[in-house]
Amino acid sequence: MSADLTRRSAAELASAIASREVSAVEVTRAHLDRIGAVDPDVHAFLHVSDELALAQAAEVDRAFDAGEQSASPLAGVPLALKDIVVQKGVPTTAGSKILEGWLPPYDATITRKLLDAGIVILGKTNMDEFAMGSSTENSAYGPTRNPWDLSKIPGGSGGGSSAALAAFEAPLAIGTDTGGSIRQPASVTGTVGAKPTYGGVSRYGVIALASSLDQPGPCARTVLDTAMLHEVIAGHDPMDATSIPQPVPNVVAAVRRGQADGVAGMKIGVVKQLGGQGYQPGVLSSFRSAVEQLQAAGAEIVEVDCPHFEYGLAAYYLILPSECSSNLARFDAMRYGLRIGDDGTASAEQVMSLTRGAGFGAEVKRRIILGTYALSAGYYDAYYGSAQKVRTLIRQDFEKAYQQADVLISPASPTTAFGIGEKVDDPMAMYLNDLATIPGSLAGIPAMSVPSGIAADTGLPVGLQIMGPALGEERMYRVAAAFEAGYLAEHGTTVPQQIPALEGTAR
Amino acid sequence: MTTADEPALTRDDVAHLAHLSRLELTDAELDTYLGQLGVILHSVARVGEVAGDDVEPTTHAVPQTNVFRDDVEVPCLPHAAALASAPASYEGRFRVPQILGEEA
Repeated sequence: MSADLTRRSAAELASAIASREVSAVEVTRAHLDRIGAVDPDVHAFLHVSDELALAQAAEVDRAFDAGEQSASPLAGVPLALKDIVVQKGVPTTAGSKILEGWLPPYDATITRKLLDAGIVILGKTNMDEFAMGSSTENSAYGPTRNPWDLSKIPGGSGGGSSAALAAFEAPLAIGTDTGGSIRQPASVTGTVGAKPTYGGVSRYGVIALASSLDQPGPCARTVLDTAMLHEVIAGHDPMDATSIPQPVPNVVAAVRRGQADGVAGMKIGVVKQLGGQGYQPGVLSSFRSAVEQLQAAGAEIVEVDCPHFEYGLAAYYLILPSECSSNLARFDAMRYGLRIGDDGTASAEQVMSLTRGAGFGAEVKRRIILGTYALSAGYYDAYYGSAQKVRTLIRQDFEKAYQQADVLISPASPTTAFGIGEKVDDPMAMYLNDLATIPGSLAGIPAMSVPSGIAADTGLPVGLQIMGPALGEERMYRVAAAFEAGYLAEHGTTVPQQIPALEGTAR
Repeated sequence: MTTADEPALTRDDVAHLAHLSRLELTDAELDTYLGQLGVILHSVARVGEVAGDDVEPTTHAVPQTNVFRDDVEVPCLPHAAALASAPASYEGRFRVPQILGEEA
């Protein structure tokens, strides 16, 4: 019974709870039990909110039993919250020692929306420190392991959220995507993750990495669940000046349309620059199968040329360090977080330097120094200024491509999950993991990863990236849903259904 | 990895940047970063190849200007909540180390 509940989708759980077939407390307890059984191996969570989650679930049950109107279509469904999103009174670290023990005094806008929707927040998930990384190995609290193979990384920065989904610890999760931190973890764990148009989901209460790129988004094991969560968290927020004053996109309806009507008559562009050199053969062959499946389903496939994408990685690794060096200046040992060396004689500046030197990990310090350099007098125009111009060139490449195609596709990650420890000493090798996701981040367009299959060479999942034009979430979800349905029809199973059972599982 | 015609960082440069960034680094960290930053800078300098004077910078997929919210009073964070996570407080205020060092 308990194990069965953790295998169900969010949509199925929501309707079972609403029909009182099962209580929200039972569903929450099943997932907490699952976390207790497998998280010692997976390490997806940094904090589990047992009592708080059960109290939330009990309130959902009370409201249903009293005949009150459902708080949302996902009322009572459990969720894993990335530890970069603040929740009042719940430990939030962003994967950093500098915030160890911090209890945020307020809720992020998305936290508020989740709580108001009756979604049960199970706990906070592990991540690369301040979201800097592609493997979750940069967490100050130890790496998360990929449920497909515990010796592999679960992607990053949102590896805790993706692993929680793949380990059946939660059917829903929140991620944040700056250069691929939702899409690449989804890709390497065989789950689904969507980065909305920049400004589509509020950043208020999301600890800032690179403010012009950061975008929270929904993650799940199915496209429908992802879309349902998307509708809960999206929408204009006066507390975020970059929030888009537009209605929430009708992505659930788009998923239904994709499931019913497929992609017949749609034009789908394959980006010439996202594939080939640097991409694993098993990834490319899974991608080719995906293209054939979409073509067979009636889509017209066109090749599009985006010549400036090759400058994306360089622009990204100037913009991100520049913005993070500024954002992370707030960790000054004065108002919250770690303080060391305050012996009564040391100056504030000395205490600040000692605290930051000890409290930040290697990758964070590396990027702060890089950003400080890129923003220094005499270099600003050559580095940050030029990188912002490259964003324009990439945006223009996208605009031209969308004149030829409704959506664009590529592999979401150049490789399947690699081994823990394999790339930790080579920052450039690690940065290449975001090769396919960075152009969409720089242009601010919506993009998502859905499983395209299992790589023949490694036996690990591969992600298909679907990119829409700005505010084009609906057509992106339509294609994703159609592809997922097509995969099920062809293979008789979905990729998440093929995740190996973990030891310690109660059966 | 860096070539002569590129801005090669010296160890003193990295130490200076670390100071500007308020990061106390060990000698071993300085050595590691010196090598790694050279490789990264070599790679990112490519942006200059295509960023011409006629290209406008981009910051948002849906450009917005003059973003205001309604000018209404809302409750702010309670005093005690703001101080609750402070490393040190004194008489209802943040207690901080001396701002000016001995030599100032």
